[in-house]
Amino acid sequence: MIPPLLSVTDLCVHFPVRGGVLYQQTASVKAVDGVSLSIAPGETLGLVGESGCGKSTLGKAIVRLLKPTAGQIHFEHHDITHSRQAALRPLRRDFQMIFQDPGESLDPRMSVRAIIEEPFVIHRLGSRAERRTWVNELLDRVGLPASSAERYSFEFSGGQRQRIGIARALALKPKLIVCDEPVSALDVSVQSQILNLLVELQKDFGLSYLFIAHDLSVVKHVSDRVAVMYLGKIVELASATAIYQNPRHAYTQALLSAIPSHDPKVKRPTTLLEGDVPSPIDPPAGSAFGHRMSHPRYQETIGADLSLREISPQHWVAADPCSLSAADWALLNRG
Amino acid sequence: MTPTPENCLEVQQLITSFETEQGLLRAVDHVSFKVPTGKTVGIVGESGCGKSVTAMSIVRLLPQPAGKILGGHVWFKGRDLVHASDREMQQVRGGEIGVIFQEPMAALNPLHRIGRQVSEVFRIHQKLSKKDAWAAATEMLELVRIPAPDKRMMDYPHHLSGGMRQRVGIAIALACRPSLLIADEPTTALDVTVQAQILDLMARLQAEMGMSTILITHDLGVIAETCDEVVVMYAGRVVEQASAEELFANPRHAYTRGLLRSIPTLETPSKSILNTIPGLVASLADYAHGCRFCQRMGRTSRFSRERPKFGEISPGHWAELCPECVALD
Repeated sequence: MIPPLLSVTDLCVHFPVRGGVLYQQTASVKAVDGVSLSIAPGETLGLVGESGCGKSTLGKAIVRLLKPTAGQIHFEHHDITHSRQAALRPLRRDFQMIFQDPGESLDPRMSVRAIIEEPFVIHRLGSRAERRTWVNELLDRVGLPASSAERYSFEFSGGQRQRIGIARALALKPKLIVCDEPVSALDVSVQSQILNLLVELQKDFGLSYLFIAHDLSVVKHVSDRVAVMYLGKIVELASATAIYQNPRHAYTQALLSAIPSHDPKVKRPTTLLEGDVPSPIDPPAGSAFGHRMSHPRYQETIGADLSLREISPQHWVAADPCSLSAADWALLNRG
Repeated sequence: MTPTPENCLEVQQLITSFETEQGLLRAVDHVSFKVPTGKTVGIVGESGCGKSVTAMSIVRLLPQPAGKILGGHVWFKGRDLVHASDREMQQVRGGEIGVIFQEPMAALNPLHRIGRQVSEVFRIHQKLSKKDAWAAATEMLELVRIPAPDKRMMDYPHHLSGGMRQRVGIAIALACRPSLLIADEPTTALDVTVQAQILDLMARLQAEMGMSTILITHDLGVIAETCDEVVVMYAGRVVEQASAEELFANPRHAYTRGLLRSIPTLETPSKSILNTIPGLVASLADYAHGCRFCQRMGRTSRFSRERPKFGEISPGHWAELCPECVALD
């Protein structure tokens, strides 16, 4: 088996909540709470979940834009969990990020050339003339005319700005790109252009993606494997085909049934999820999903080990009696 | 032309313009459609196509002083809303026409309790006493299935989640049991599971109250799920209009076809190259007089100069009849 490009073990990212007279820590937001996953070279791992489930926090922690509270992140053979910024810098060439809103992630005072050139400048690569050629090549690769280089990001439409963001991420020939909702701010006809570009670039450069999105059809389209996240934890992880054809966790099933069908004649079964995601400041003691559904077996899950277990080859699901069918629960406990 | 009684609302040749530095620009250019009583009409299109401006022209909530209705009629219950006085419009809005906005946080006042904002509608439109209005508002929150409505009445908007806030928005819009509801991207800011809850709630309330709905969205899935009739807008004009079933089964205009084919669905083979619509929507100042989809595709036929006629292709199925863009079988 090929060693993974990235492996994350029991990762936690907790944010302190401060209050009171002395402004002391009174609680913590458990945004990411014990997540393990890995990404192979050339693979796309999709990450889905509702807003507030911690998927963006996980993405930022993986590229070390946030400091993890506990757990480990290994990139190739480097442990980057606690690396300092200076030590991280040479490694950062290999992992980059694309953000949701290209309007906010591009500096309006810099020309497009300066934005795309910046990674080379920071890493002291190439002469001025070489960098010029590289920027032009990158623009061409993401489908923008060379003349765009002298303009400013706000002169472009949303889709074109996202292309600039992609060019910047590609500049240093990374191995992994974390894409945080890269198409959710775009119109549908532009969305497909960007998705095509990302798929093409992956083929050409052998890139790996962590693709974070809330749109399940988009995630299915680009991903090899999919992780479903709920309240800071991964509840199901399997190949894209298995997740969409045979979802085991009740939350995954509910998410999938909530996607509107594109055929007006098909009326979806109404398995509506009631309520909202619980607060990550004070998560339920047992199964968070069982709590939302007020499941009769919720009491059993308090203090129980709800970590992922392999229910069929390469199909992992949280061992939670509230979220699995009786047959699946029996299957998990037999092995 | 006066409207027929089976239609709740009839928009005829509506023109809405904005005063800008580049002059008067037409964001909505001769738009016509009908909303049959009790039905849901979806307006779909990309950002900047004029769908929200159309809706806001109906209730005359255009940004002032830049936005102006230059022509056309909006027939609602025997009146032309384009020529109604501001006083009349205040009675129509929130009374006979309810509006739900995309971002419920922006539609609610952060400084007032939920209870005050919902009961205000009853105070203004039905002249209820404070106490009666409060009771009516609590009932409304219960109707939109907000748990513990008594307690929520005392909350401020920031206490509630996005889905709960949108329910409050719906409660306000429906408070006076309007005969027309205009929902401008009501679920765009919400998660899929919450979106499903809200769409389900809107459908149930619509059936109970028998109102008509205009649903504005860019999400074709939402359209397929909830609408009877669909109006497809492109660059300020209606390019195609048909029943939802007909439109999804048999799209005729190249733009509608392009839109439908560019979305990955769960059936699309993964990592396959998706269909795209080349080019970009021209900016408002550069809109051609002729077929604007031809303009995007860089075509220069006669219809790139002359506006194509809007005509019926088959019973109930209308499109802008540009021979380059419409497939006539």
